[in-house]
Formats: sequence, structure tokens, C-alpha cells
Amino acid sequence: MSILVTPDTKVLIQGITGSFGARHAKLSLDYGTKVVAGVTPGKGGQLFEGKVPIFDTVEEAVRETGATVSAIFVPPPFAADAIMEGVDAGLDLVVAITEGIPVIDMMKVKHAMLGSKTNASGRKTRLIGPNCPGLVTPGTGKDSHGGCRIGIAPGYIHKKGTIGVVSRSGTLTYEAVWQLTTRGYGQSTCVGIGGDPINGTSHTDVLKMFNEDPETEAIIMIGEIGGTAEEEAAAWAAEHCKKPIAAFIAGATAPEGRRMGHAGAIVSGGQGTAAGKIAALRAAGIAIAETPSDMADALIARMKSR
Amino acid sequence: MNIHEFQARELFAEFGVATQPGSVSHTPEEAEAVAAGLGGKLVVKAQIHAGGRGKGTFKSGFKGGVHLCDTPAEAKELASNMLGQVLVTHQTGPEGKEVGKIFVGEAVDIARELYFAILIDRASSSPVVIASTEGGVDIETVAHNTPEKILRLTVNPALGLMPYQTRLIAASLGLTGPLMTQASKLFLNLYRLFIERDCSMVEVNPLVVTKDGKLLALDAKFNFDDNALYRQSGVIAMRDVTEEDPREVEASKFGLNYIGLDGNIACLVNGAGLAMATMDIIQHAGGSPANFLDVGGGATREQVTAAFRIILGDKLVKGIFVNIFGGIMDCDIIAHGIVEAAKETGLSIPLVVRLEGNNVEAGKKTLAESGLKLESGENILDAAHKIVAAVKAAA
Repeated sequence: MSILVTPDTKVLIQGITGSFGARHAKLSLDYGTKVVAGVTPGKGGQLFEGKVPIFDTVEEAVRETGATVSAIFVPPPFAADAIMEGVDAGLDLVVAITEGIPVIDMMKVKHAMLGSKTNASGRKTRLIGPNCPGLVTPGTGKDSHGGCRIGIAPGYIHKKGTIGVVSRSGTLTYEAVWQLTTRGYGQSTCVGIGGDPINGTSHTDVLKMFNEDPETEAIIMIGEIGGTAEEEAAAWAAEHCKKPIAAFIAGATAPEGRRMGHAGAIVSGGQGTAAGKIAALRAAGIAIAETPSDMADALIARMKSR
Repeated sequence: MNIHEFQARELFAEFGVATQPGSVSHTPEEAEAVAAGLGGKLVVKAQIHAGGRGKGTFKSGFKGGVHLCDTPAEAKELASNMLGQVLVTHQTGPEGKEVGKIFVGEAVDIARELYFAILIDRASSSPVVIASTEGGVDIETVAHNTPEKILRLTVNPALGLMPYQTRLIAASLGLTGPLMTQASKLFLNLYRLFIERDCSMVEVNPLVVTKDGKLLALDAKFNFDDNALYRQSGVIAMRDVTEEDPREVEASKFGLNYIGLDGNIACLVNGAGLAMATMDIIQHAGGSPANFLDVGGGATREQVTAAFRIILGDKLVKGIFVNIFGGIMDCDIIAHGIVEAAKETGLSIPLVVRLEGNNVEAGKKTLAESGLKLESGENILDAAHKIVAAVKAAA
């Protein structure tokens, strides 16, 4: 098994006719992902790439195609609405790729989701992101073809296997995955949780899922400055995680009080420093990659030492 | 995004947050006219974003960016000593900041100084209010030394700040009787301002009780959520680009995310996380990063060329480290972009490029055959060592 999505997961794409959404919808189709529907209000009845039906609403797309997961590519002003539309339609998972959603919008979405109802499968919708690359469960074909690719990650860098990857950063995820793949280590699922200060799924949430997943044998966790999510994950892992973990934290040289590209990557009032996070991770018995070149090797060394 | 003190007062006025009477002035004559419309003792304050104005010194030799006076004529005289002059404070750096505007207001007779702030708390995904009886000083010091003097109260974003919560805060600050009513109104209006203007932080320090029993927001620091600026035209209009790093302003025109630092090895990277990690690895290899620069996922030739120009505009820069993971982008296209940008900008300092990803072999070949004096890194660490060594060798 993988976590969150499998190669059989039926995916719909909100914002499938925008240039960004269309490009990545096409790449997911090429990867072999079951993209079963698109949603663009006002374009219901049309076909994407001559085969994927487009609907006006998520509710209709779910009803007609049985999609359980959505990827959101709509622009920031409409993203909170798109997320809540997915939640209201009873999806299992909503993955918000959109970068630049106002934090007050996300605050309202997060609170609304706490009070949302469960869907037909008895589940509440989980949100991943926003401002994230999405997630990939690699397939068994050439260059991991046949997997489930939701979002914007390059599919071919993956390889089916047993390492779980969770990260706040897109390109650092690709670095870690590529290092693993070129060393012969495949991945169970790779999850980008996003670089915003308020997000749907935390490092800890994903660690819990990897810990429970029989297919995942070891985990790479990538964090960065700002907030306390990595410290919380370290505290949880120290108590509960049975599997080897290696971590990398970016931003040791970032000046205090500046947002480093990601809205959530900021050290303020001495809180959220790389040094503090690394100390917490070390104290939890997690292997630390000293540099981004060293992420896979740090994990492999830890796996061999057990 | 940050704003000036006088702009903060204008926002207060718009939302009914009590503050001291006064106005902004651009000329000594205007300052005199503003002062004539006010009563009692006056205060004249230089308007720059940097703190430490009161203790700063103008390059002209005139001392202090904040002064008290008694008459409109004195206010005019003070204004003429500040306007058009360069003020140096502990936050401006030795180059200082030219003062283009001043605030003239009624001086306030302070009985008590308090602290009140609203910010977004990541852990609870909610606004939180922070209040303290210890105003007028650095709140982080208060939180560290006397945490019991800090009140922290979480707001449900669906309900907003509730009136009973404002009374709890007022009571904890010792604001009773008519002051509690004033406090409740001030806090509710400030919360409305926070939400309606998409702030990420509003800090009123000090919030003062005057000797004649008024509660006033005397000085404030605002931070606005950059992601929400598209719907805040009034906030954008308050932006003062002369207060920002010109390199950062230039970079933003090309959709580049640039932050200047004080090292000598520039970096050009795709992705925010990788860009931070690249700065870190330069330091790990014994060098010092000159900047954070994320060219985004696309990294077009125009962007790479603009990035090179901005990097080379920094006189401290002695070497460049390009670190690209071409996931979807073809590395060969990126390599062509780097070569053309280097040629177009007449690059003469060491350049180390580390490329990885899609079609990387063709990209490396393009770099090798470019005729440019550049080195390729096998991996990020190798490239970091190479650029650090090259910069040391050239020094």
C-alpha cells in the first residue's frame, strides 16, 4: 500500500482549462493517473484532451465519475471557494496547488473544515497544501509510469518502493526523490505539504500515515524555518514512530524577520529557527542530513545501522 | 509590506481607533499650518520606516528625529531641520534615510503605557490577541523575563473578537469604569481593521492612558499579508518603495523573489526551499551567501538574465552559484538561458553551475561548449565547494 492515494484513485482537477491546470492535467494523464474529470464553471459538457469530461460543479463531477480526490489549480482569489466546494462535495482529499492564497482565507477554510460533515465513506475531507507540489504514489511502469500523480511534481524522477517523503518545499522534495531513485531506493508516496503558514496537513499527520502504512519502511522529512510543525513532528516521532527517519531543515542562514519565498518561512521573535528544529529532531533520535546533497545518504545510513 | 506611522494613524482614523490628533506634512509651512490647528504641547516626528528615530542623528548634525515643542513657529523650525535631511538610526545602517515627510501631532501627557497586538497564530490557525501592562518597551523582553505579564487570547475566526473578550483584556490591563468602555471599542475597531485590511500583524506599542483619562493608540506597527494585496488597493497605495531595498524592488518586477544579504557569493536557484538550502550549503562549505534568489519553477531566459543583472549590481558579489533542479523544465533550455545571460551581462567573476534533472546531459554539454569560464558541480555540495574555492582563489 501507499498512503492517501493509489494508482486506482480517481482524480478530478478544479481549474483544468487554465494554462497551469491544463499543462499538469496533461502530464498526469501521460503518467497514467486516472484523471476522470475536470471542473471549470461555465465549461460543463466540454472535453479536455478529447477524453476527460468537464463539469460546472465539483458536486456533479463527483456524482458522474466517482472521483474521490481533487487537485486545485484555480487562482488565489477563488481558491478558498474551490477548496470548500471540494469539501462540501464529500471528497476524501483536496490537494491545493495554488500559491498566494490570503492567510485570512485559509484561516476561515481551516475552521470551516473542522465543522464539516463526514462523507459517504464516513470520512472527513483532508486538505493538503496550499502552495504545495502535491503528491505522487509511483507506479510500476517505466520511469514509475502508472502511478498517481496529483499536482506539479515531475513523475519520471520517482521509482516505486518503500521510502516515504514528506516536505514543505517542492524542489527539495524532487532533490530527495531523485537522490533516492538514483541510489536504487523507490518511494511509497511523496507528499508536499506546502510552504504556507496555515496548511491542511502537517508533518505529524503524514508521519502518522507512513508509520501505519505496511509498505513504507523509512521516511525522509524535509522542513524549513518558521512555525513549530517540525518540532511537533519530532516530539510525536520520539514517542510513536517505529520507522527510521532522516530530516533536512532549510534556512539556517536566513535573516530574522524576512519571508524566504514561502509565506510560512520566517523566523520571528527568535522562534522557528533552523537550529531549534534540528536540535528537536536530533533529540528525537532522527538522523539529520547536514546538507541537501545528503538527504538520501543520511536515511540509507540510518536504515543500515538498525 | 510595512507602512509609515502617519499612514497607521490614517488607518486608525478610518476605523475609529482613538489616537492623538495630528497630520502628515511635506514642507515646513505645512507643518506650521498643521500645528496651528492643534492645541497644547506639540510633537514633530520624522517619517521613515526604521525604528530608533528619537535617538537618531541627521547627517547635517541635527540631533533626534522626534522633538517636542510649544508653538507652530517652533514646529516649522523643527520641520525645516528634518525635511530633506538624512537621518541615521541604529536600524537604518550608516547610509541613513532621507526624510521626506514629518508627522505633527498633539503631545500626549501619559499616565500609563500598555501593549496590545493582534497577529495570526499558526498553531491554532486563528488570530490571537496579546496584551500586557508593560507597554513602551520591547515585548519580547517582557515575554522572556516576566511571562506572567503577557495575556494571550485566541479568537475564533468565524465569530471574530467578541465584546466579552475585550472586557477580559481590559480588566487584565487594569482598565475599569469609563476606560473599560473606551478599551472595548478600541479593541473591536482594531480587530475590524486587522481583518478588513488583511493584516498579518498589528502591534500598538504603546497603548496609553492619558492623565485626563483617555485611551489612545500612540504608536503602531503594521504588517500586511502580501498574498492579499490584490484586494487591498488602499494598502498598496501606501507602499513607499524608497523604503525598500532597490534590488528587491527591481527583482519583483521580473517575478523573482530576491532578498539581499551581506556575503559575497550570489546564488540563483529555482524553488524557495532549495534557494534557502543553497544559502546554507555555501556557508557549510566555508563561504558566505550574498542573497536569497528564487527564480520560480519556470526560470525563463528573461528571468535568468534579469537575475544576473541584479546579482551583478551588488558590488560585494565575487562569485555566482547557479543551482537548478530541472524537474519539468528541460535542463538544456535552462543551460542556454544561463549561457546567454552570462554573455549578455559580460560576466567576469567565477560561475559554478549545478544542473540536475530532465535532459541534464545535454544541458551540461551546452555549458561545457559555451566558451564561458564556468565550472560544473557534480552535486550541490561539490558545486558549493567549487564556488567557495574559486572566490577565495580570485581574492
